[in-house]
Amino acid sequence: MKFQLLAAGLFAATGASAQDAPVVTVYTYDSFVTEWGPGPAIEAAFEAECACELRFVGAGDGAALLARLRLEGERTEADVVLGLDTNLTAAAADTGLFAPHGLDPELDLPVEWEDDIFLPFDWSYFAFVHRNELNPPESFRELAESDVSVLIQDPRSSTPGLGLLLWVEAAYGDEAGAFWSALADNIVTVTAGWSEAYNLFLEGEADMVLSYTTSPAYHAIAEEDDGFAAAAFEEGHYLQIEVGGIVASTDQPELARDFLAFMLSDAAQSVIPTTNWMYPAVVPQDGLPEGFGDLIQPDRALLYPPDEAAAAREAALDEWLLALSR
Amino acid sequence: MSRTALPGVAAATLVAALVAATLVAVALRAEAAAQFGPADWAAIRFTVLQAVLSAVLSVGLAIPVARALARRRFPGRRLLITLLGAPFVLPVIVAILGLLAVFGQNGLVNAALAGIGLPGIRIYGLTGVVLAHVFFNLPLAVRLILQGWVGIPAERFRLAASLGFGPSDVARLLERPMLREVVPGALLVVFLLCTTSFAVALTLGGGPRATTIELAIYQAFRFDFDLGRAALLGLAQVALTATAALVALRSAVPAAFGAGLGAPVARWDARTPLLRVQDTILVALAAAFLLTPLLLVVTRGAAGIVTLPASVWLAAGRSVAVALGSTALMLILALSIAAATLRLGRTPARLIEASGYLAVAVSPMVLGTGLFLLLFPVAGPADLALPVTMLVNAVMSLPFALRALVPALAEIERSYGRLASSLDMHGQARLRHLWLPRLRRPLGFAAGLAAALSMGDLGVVALFADPEHATLPLKLYDLMGAYRSDAAAAAAVLLLALSLGAFWIFDRGGRIDADL
Repeated sequence: MKFQLLAAGLFAATGASAQDAPVVTVYTYDSFVTEWGPGPAIEAAFEAECACELRFVGAGDGAALLARLRLEGERTEADVVLGLDTNLTAAAADTGLFAPHGLDPELDLPVEWEDDIFLPFDWSYFAFVHRNELNPPESFRELAESDVSVLIQDPRSSTPGLGLLLWVEAAYGDEAGAFWSALADNIVTVTAGWSEAYNLFLEGEADMVLSYTTSPAYHAIAEEDDGFAAAAFEEGHYLQIEVGGIVASTDQPELARDFLAFMLSDAAQSVIPTTNWMYPAVVPQDGLPEGFGDLIQPDRALLYPPDEAAAAREAALDEWLLALSR
Repeated sequence: MSRTALPGVAAATLVAALVAATLVAVALRAEAAAQFGPADWAAIRFTVLQAVLSAVLSVGLAIPVARALARRRFPGRRLLITLLGAPFVLPVIVAILGLLAVFGQNGLVNAALAGIGLPGIRIYGLTGVVLAHVFFNLPLAVRLILQGWVGIPAERFRLAASLGFGPSDVARLLERPMLREVVPGALLVVFLLCTTSFAVALTLGGGPRATTIELAIYQAFRFDFDLGRAALLGLAQVALTATAALVALRSAVPAAFGAGLGAPVARWDARTPLLRVQDTILVALAAAFLLTPLLLVVTRGAAGIVTLPASVWLAAGRSVAVALGSTALMLILALSIAAATLRLGRTPARLIEASGYLAVAVSPMVLGTGLFLLLFPVAGPADLALPVTMLVNAVMSLPFALRALVPALAEIERSYGRLASSLDMHGQARLRHLWLPRLRRPLGFAAGLAAALSMGDLGVVALFADPEHATLPLKLYDLMGAYRSDAAAAAAVLLLALSLGAFWIFDRGGRIDADL
């Protein structure tokens, strides 16, 4: 392992490739590629069957990923982009940089999936995570009326932050602004990204943090700590569905499609739960790992279709800014 | 223009061109013309407000602390001075976690208040932003002002003592003129650092009220992909900096103490018991404020260092390489610019010095994106990640180096310039036999700062590097993003140790025979 990493570091600098096999370049978010993410296992499994070289390029988070692709335009080296969510796919499709996938797989999502450009590879619900000592509120309304403190992320810089914005919009519609005003005194602070908020929560800065229903599974499985739970809200929970798409300018359209299909294979999907800490888009043959069984199952899944999400975003952001700027 | 001014003009032009080219590159990629909305104006107002408050408080508090450190000798003083610089070189999120361990909802202060039945404090908001900025910048301000104090030759204090000066006379005739020269620059540097602040404002600001220009730029890039607005906001930030830099440089008055022989300073004026107690309390308070959060960071993470994965150590190696490269580059740029300011007239000298400050003002986001746009057609971003990071960090640490070097070099020239010229010492000879030996202190300090800063930097590298080329701060974020907060805490301790170590080695090297 040590040697491999060292070698990777040395050879990456020269950009030389040992083989003449075709290269599939996949842009994704950083945490996918790190040694703790699904990247390494997926790379090994795909390379074992594709007679190609798979190259992951980490480019920040989901929003940064799209910005990066737009900066590069049609000259991009990317063949596949992995890790946008449905709140970003409308903007992504509008760029014209993506090509239809032409696949029709069976999916295990809480909602119907009809999108000829993007294919999901994992999903989870947004939720407020807390320690078991807290008796959590059972709805947004109860949360706003309580004195439970929360940490949230800024919708202008983070995908979970944007998810919360649309979650509230989907649950409250015209009353969303009033809800944000009521919630303002519960919010300890608004952070730039998920990492900051979650780590502040772990250091005890607030009772709850905006994260995912699947977050407690990390603590239960990796840390053997059952002390965390996600609060189930009566209004329902907004979904985050992470998708991949084929870049239209790819010089490897076949391999790009193979890779997107491979992401839904058992080999890839069985890696997802305990590396990305999300639900797999197709439940693997062996089922979900233990620890995922104890997670809350929301009664209602909320999700704006991509074009409505894009349309709702701006007005919702203005309301959010107004309510929290007072 | 004399020959010695040429490299300096070239260096200043390089910095200015880097800033201008990146702004233009971003603006040219814009799809539509942009204009400011009310939210942008609010962001500009908040940025200026918090930066002014942070600068005034940091420098205001730094003056008495620096005075106390300048006129007292005690065991461990050097170590303390080095340690006091630590907050400045920490990655923001680590420092914030340390601060929150003291002042947060769950922190020491609130625990103590609850213990005696008092209501807790809540620092989120403008208070938290300014508190964090003072925490980051007080050490820098102390060091910059301390440089001014030790720059007063020992002979002047000796003369003062023989004339029977009390503390107030020393203050009037020696210290205040020195402060008139040093304080505007210190205010400027802190102000500039706070204008590009992003994560502090966003984490401790409590909400969108605390939106800075940098966050507006971030949003323009990442969520709206409105490059025109990003460039416009970036331009506003540069204009703000240029104005502040010109005001500050114009209000600095050279103190002109004349030459000394570099003997150790003895302070007869400060020997009263009252002053002793006062200084002791000041130093103790500053140390408590700056070191307690760091101590908590260390205790939180120290145990985990041995179990850090190999990739973190590799990233640490990369960070050290970047730090050394950018330090060397910074020294070349800073010395050239400082030399040129001596040779040019007042206005061109100010102009090229001001251009040295530009880089700290330009939004890291704009700089990074602009460089990305410029370099992407030529080479893969990940391949260039480390050289680009070196260059940007070198340029980013220029202002601190200039703050330390320009006044020091001016003083050397005022005192020894004519002698050197009469001995026909020019060019290389003057550099080697006059400047470098007498500049050791500020050079060591500047090199230490540059090394430490680029060790902890998480600006441009985040745009260019992917996890395989990650530096230590980037790795730390990866760990946090992978739920691994214990490993992240350990990586933070490693980073703190490397940054402080680099700072200590350079800074110590600069005063190996000196009495600072």
